[in-house]
This record gives sequence, structure tokens and C-alpha cells, in this order.
Amino acid sequence: MAAPQISEDVLLHRASPKLEEEKTCFECKDLSLYYGSAQALKEINMLVPEKRVTAFIGPSGCGKSTLLRCMNRMNDLIDIVRLEGELMLYGKDINKKSVNVAELRRKVGMVFQKPNPFPKTVYENVAYGLRLQGVNKKRVLDERVEWALKGAALWDEVKDRLQDNALGLSGGQQQRLVIARAIAIQPEVILLDEPASALDPISTLKIEELIIQLKANYTVVIVTHNMQQAARVSDYTAFMYLGELVEFGATDQLFTNPAEKQTEDYITGRYG
Amino acid sequence: MVFQDIGQHISRQFDEDLESLRSKALNMGGMVEKQVENALAALTRADSSLAEDVATSDYRINSMEVAIDEECAQVIARRQPAASDLRLVIAIFKTITDLERIGDEAEKIGRHAVKLAAVERSPTYFMELRHLGDQVCKMLHDCLDALARMDIESALAIAEGDRAINDEYDSLTRQLITHMMEDPRTIKRSLRVMWCARSLERIGDHAKNICEYVIYTVAGKDIRHTSFDQVKAELGDINDN
Repeated sequence: MAAPQISEDVLLHRASPKLEEEKTCFECKDLSLYYGSAQALKEINMLVPEKRVTAFIGPSGCGKSTLLRCMNRMNDLIDIVRLEGELMLYGKDINKKSVNVAELRRKVGMVFQKPNPFPKTVYENVAYGLRLQGVNKKRVLDERVEWALKGAALWDEVKDRLQDNALGLSGGQQQRLVIARAIAIQPEVILLDEPASALDPISTLKIEELIIQLKANYTVVIVTHNMQQAARVSDYTAFMYLGELVEFGATDQLFTNPAEKQTEDYITGRYG
Repeated sequence: MVFQDIGQHISRQFDEDLESLRSKALNMGGMVEKQVENALAALTRADSSLAEDVATSDYRINSMEVAIDEECAQVIARRQPAASDLRLVIAIFKTITDLERIGDEAEKIGRHAVKLAAVERSPTYFMELRHLGDQVCKMLHDCLDALARMDIESALAIAEGDRAINDEYDSLTRQLITHMMEDPRTIKRSLRVMWCARSLERIGDHAKNICEYVIYTVAGKDIRHTSFDQVKAELGDINDN
């Protein structure tokens, strides 16, 4: 008998995550979105797994931000938007009339491209959402502010400047402050729309490191132009093009051996 | 010269990826070293069952190579390593290829050892082989040590030591030719001994390559196909700066 050429037990594959073994957080079923007569999303079907980082990549105008904004109904603010299909959060369609949008947005926090702290103190920025919820006890607020700032990897840098104006922080610090503000109210999902595109490389890496830490407790969905960033931070990546979901799968797989030619062309810089 | 500590990245995951690659490559080195030692022991003690074992367990090393290769590809695809990190990944990529080949040579020695154990012993031939074998084992051990510590001074010294192994191999060849001319009945087994010696000499070459990768990783200098005097002069310049 010929000796075996290779043995499975020594194979050290870093286990690629398997989508079918994940718990579902968001689920899109034939989700289409129109701005007036223009269709921006074309029958998207996908799952966003719980407590993982899912990245949307694709060229400008491919619909990735639009899809992200669907997840906490930010598109409601635009009159001409019309939706078809379903978008479920833990099995419940978030677009039903009965859904309380404010409650949805408490569960699904969002951070934008440009840090947008309020012109208040560092402390008040983080405490803002809590105060809106009616939390007024100083002790509780102090605790939660510290917890959120630590969670956003910002505490050490601002603990002596909590009463300074937040606008005096650097761009990278402001972005982490905004993330702290988002996690202070303990959402279930954090949506990040190009969170590092306005930051320098080191601040970017800090934000990325933070994203990886956040997934221990939150489902994170990130839209990014920077596909290397998607490769670094995400567990799953979705590639979108012209409103369609071209490929969705484990990041390990998508960046080494994508299934679709279009994905390959995009991530290798041959698109266009 | 001190190699950049790999555990200093802002991304802890990157630290872990690199450390995992490094420790797996070293682990594979340990397995290969053990295979070579066993192959030699089987040969010199005419232990056919140990020889059989060496000849049939190379697949474990092959599997390690495949797995580490894949992990290197993942790190390159996902982390875009630069500078010393990039050199480390490239060096590991190449090192494991040489380690796998060393494993193949050990396997060949194992196969010859099975055959040689079946015919009568001749302690003199094995004495010569044992000497060469010890030299090669030491070289391999030191080279893995230099890899673990990223020590370029010893890597350079070990690479230079390959000459001594080549000399030893040449003298063993001459000796075997003499034996074969004196008594043609020994040709068959002399050739087997010869092939074992050849495998040992090749292991020395692979170990030398690994030392070159260590120097490449730490100093960023590709010293392949360069004379040692030139290399020393260049590394001296780097150390002075």
C-alpha cells in the first residue's frame, strides 16, 4: 500500500468561518430599493451573521451604503425611496409599520464617514444617548461613559479631558468618540459607513483594531472603499456591483480565491 | 543587529498571525530534524523498522508545508505585510519549501536504510556516513536555532560551514570509488551508501538556504550566490550604521 501523501490531522487550516454555522442577525429577502424610478438595490438576498464583522465592498454607487442605511431605516428620511422585499432583524421585518424606528435605531447604532461629535464636552457626547433614554443618575452615567470610552479604546487618551470640548480632539479620537457614543447605549448592531476614510493610517489601524474587539459583543457591519481594510477586519465580505450582490462569503475565501470573475477583477484592481 | 519584534503591531490579530506562522514553521523544523536523526539512526544501527517508519511518515511534513503555505497566502492577502513583516513571511514561505525537501531526503535515506539493513553490515562505511551525518544534523539543528532567534551572525557562520560538509562528501565519494574498484561485489551497496551521502549533502545545502533566508529577514540583504567575504563586508556595513 502506498504511504499516504498528506494527513488531515496535521493540516493546520485556520478554520475559515462557516456561514451555515452562524446565527443570523440581519436577513435580506429579495430586497430592492428605488430612488424614484432608479433601482439602487436589486433583489438582494443575504445574511448578516451575529457577532461577526461583515464588510460591504464595491465601487462607488454600487449600493453598499444604501444597503447599510436600510439596516436602521436611515432611508426613511428620503421621500422618494421605495422598498420591496423584506429586511429582517432576528426574524422580524424592520420595515413594518408597527416597528418603532427610534427603538430600532437604539438597537442598531450607526457611525458615519466624518466624525460628527456634538459641540459639547467629551463626557456629554457619550452621555447624550443615555440622557435621552432617561438615565440621569450621575453614578450610572459616570460608569457607562467610562465603560463606553474604554470599549472604544479612547479612555486612556481622554480620561483627563472629559470636560474639554469634543471638537478639540483629533480626527481619529473624534471617530472613536463617536463609536463610544454609539456603544454607550448598548446597541446590538453597529453600522459603520466608511469609518476610517478621513483618518491617517495609524488612526485607521486603531479603529480597525477596535472593530475587531467590538465583535465580541456586537454585530458589526462596515462599508468601506478600502478593500484591504475589509480584508483586515472582516470575517465575511460582500462584493456589490451596480446594485447587485455579486458575491458574499468568508473573507479568507473571497480574498484568496473568489468564486466570481467580477469579484476577482475588482479586488485585483482590474475593474473598470 | 536586532530583528524587529513581531509583537508590536497596532493590530493584535496581525501579531498573532505572524507568531502563528513563525511557530508553525519552527514546529515543522523540529519534525524535520527528528526525521533526519531517525533516518541516520536507522541507517547506522541497521534498524529496519525505524527506517520503515521514517520512509512512511514524510506525509506529516508535507501536510505541514501545505498548511503553512496556505496560512502565508492568507496573511499576504489579508494583512498586506510590509518591510520586515513582508520579509518574514517570504522567508517562512521559502524556508518551509527547503524543510519539506529535507524531509524528502530523510525519506530517501530511510528507504535505502531499509534495503541496507537487509544485507550484511559493514561498520566502516557507516562510520564515514555517521561522521557526515553528525555534521549535517548539527548544521540543521544550529540553522533552526538561528531561525528561531533570528540570529544573523550564527546564520552566516553556519552557511559557511556547508563547505566542510561538501568536502566531507567528496572524500567519502573517493573512498567509496576505491572500495568499488577493489571489490566490484560491493558496488550495489556502495551505491546505496553513496546515495545516502548525497542526500545528507543536499540536506546541508537546504540548511544553508535557510540560513540565507534568516539573513534576508533580519538584514534585508539577499546573499544568495555571493561570496562570503563580500557578504561579511556588506553585513559589517549594516552593523556599523
